[in-house]
Amino acid sequence: MEKLSLYLGCITPNRYPGIEKATKLCLDRLEIDYADLSGASCCPAPGVFRSFDKATWLALASRNIVLSEEMERDVLTICNGCYGSLVDANNELKDDPALKKSTNAHLEKIGKNFKGTVDVRHIIELLYDEPGPEKIKEMVTSPLDLRVALHYGCHLVKPSKERKLGSTEDPRFFDELVEATGAESVNYPDKMACCGAGGGVRSALLDKSLEMLEHKLSRIRDADVDCIVNACPFCHLQFDGGQVEIEEKRGTGYNIPVIHYSQLLGLAFGYLPEELGIDLNLVTNEDFLLKLKGDR
Amino acid sequence: MSPGSEWRITMNQSNKSNISDALKDAGLEILTCLQCGTCSGSCPSGRYTGMITRKIVRKARVGKDVLHDPDLWMCTTCYTCQERCPREIKITDAILAIRTIAVHEGIMLPEHRRVSQLVLEYGHAVPINDSVKEKRESLGMEVLPETVHKYPDALADVQTLLESCGFDKLAAGSQE
Repeated sequence: MEKLSLYLGCITPNRYPGIEKATKLCLDRLEIDYADLSGASCCPAPGVFRSFDKATWLALASRNIVLSEEMERDVLTICNGCYGSLVDANNELKDDPALKKSTNAHLEKIGKNFKGTVDVRHIIELLYDEPGPEKIKEMVTSPLDLRVALHYGCHLVKPSKERKLGSTEDPRFFDELVEATGAESVNYPDKMACCGAGGGVRSALLDKSLEMLEHKLSRIRDADVDCIVNACPFCHLQFDGGQVEIEEKRGTGYNIPVIHYSQLLGLAFGYLPEELGIDLNLVTNEDFLLKLKGDR
Repeated sequence: MSPGSEWRITMNQSNKSNISDALKDAGLEILTCLQCGTCSGSCPSGRYTGMITRKIVRKARVGKDVLHDPDLWMCTTCYTCQERCPREIKITDAILAIRTIAVHEGIMLPEHRRVSQLVLEYGHAVPINDSVKEKRESLGMEVLPETVHKYPDALADVQTLLESCGFDKLAAGSQE
């Protein structure tokens, strides 16, 4: 098993700390060798900063990667956006000597140098590789009786030429990890559709972003599930905070609980919802929390 | 010459007024587009925002008008169009690259300037707040995460990099 550094990004530590705690509890239980990536910054956000200025995007991304190079550990991300930004920046810098040189000219000013010695991982593709769904299933102590609407999120699987994780229209690997917890991954229309948050759309055009979200929420409501599971804190923020915003703006209450895969796995390892920060979401669904406690 | 603005350099140094030439130099060929509309039909944003991906590609082939097209900012970068394009055109990457040219011409939405200011000030696009500090404490976690929030020297390094790239001026809209 490789050695990893845990890269937090922005939204996990600064909005949904339960995801951070749940991730650490799960990594410990799985005996995965990880250490904090101290002093890391914004990845920076791929849809906006990458499109504003490529050199800035590469400079900040490479600094985060270099911190991990100095620890001789691969970078572990728990967010699709961070994954997309860091894995793409890492690959571009490894493949393009001129880009590496111009980026290192910036890094030199803070005494850093990008070498290209580590890889960037996403917790979902990592867990699928090792220990894998079968082994996780064996380690589960509290199998979950939940119907789950799984949201892969775009940047986990796309662009596929860079990700190399197979089908982008009907992938299965994340479903297998969900089902390893005992939960049922329920199929629903537009399962692979975007949540509407990325590319700076949520920050600049909130109403349009929420229309995309509501389309997806209506499909999920029709599927009659207990909760939405994601692997991206930005999608998580969109699904959780977005439901509150939709209710305020349009009066439609969906009240569908939203959890990150680390929190789902934490539940299956026997941790309480409060230990995993599941009760700290903006959407409060007491029936769901009661059901989770009933499962203990 | 700042290495922070390679798109602007590409446009200026080669005196190219044509966006598609600038994109081609960056490995993004759009002239093979046959205007089939698979991109627009696949676009989750297009259903609600009126964004027409196919027209962005067409405009980019013709001239610079595309830089002022509000549709540019309605793309969530989901990459579905890029995955499905029968000519394997890197459509999403091209939209990002066109945005870069627009930003370097001073075109940026006010909300995006604000997000940029957050990164310049805190090193995070989404910085912590008091309510989340309380949530962290209630979970038995340290109040500040192991990021630039906890390490002022690390934040200073991030700010040095942003300045080195000229991002402070770019975000303020005063880079020229």
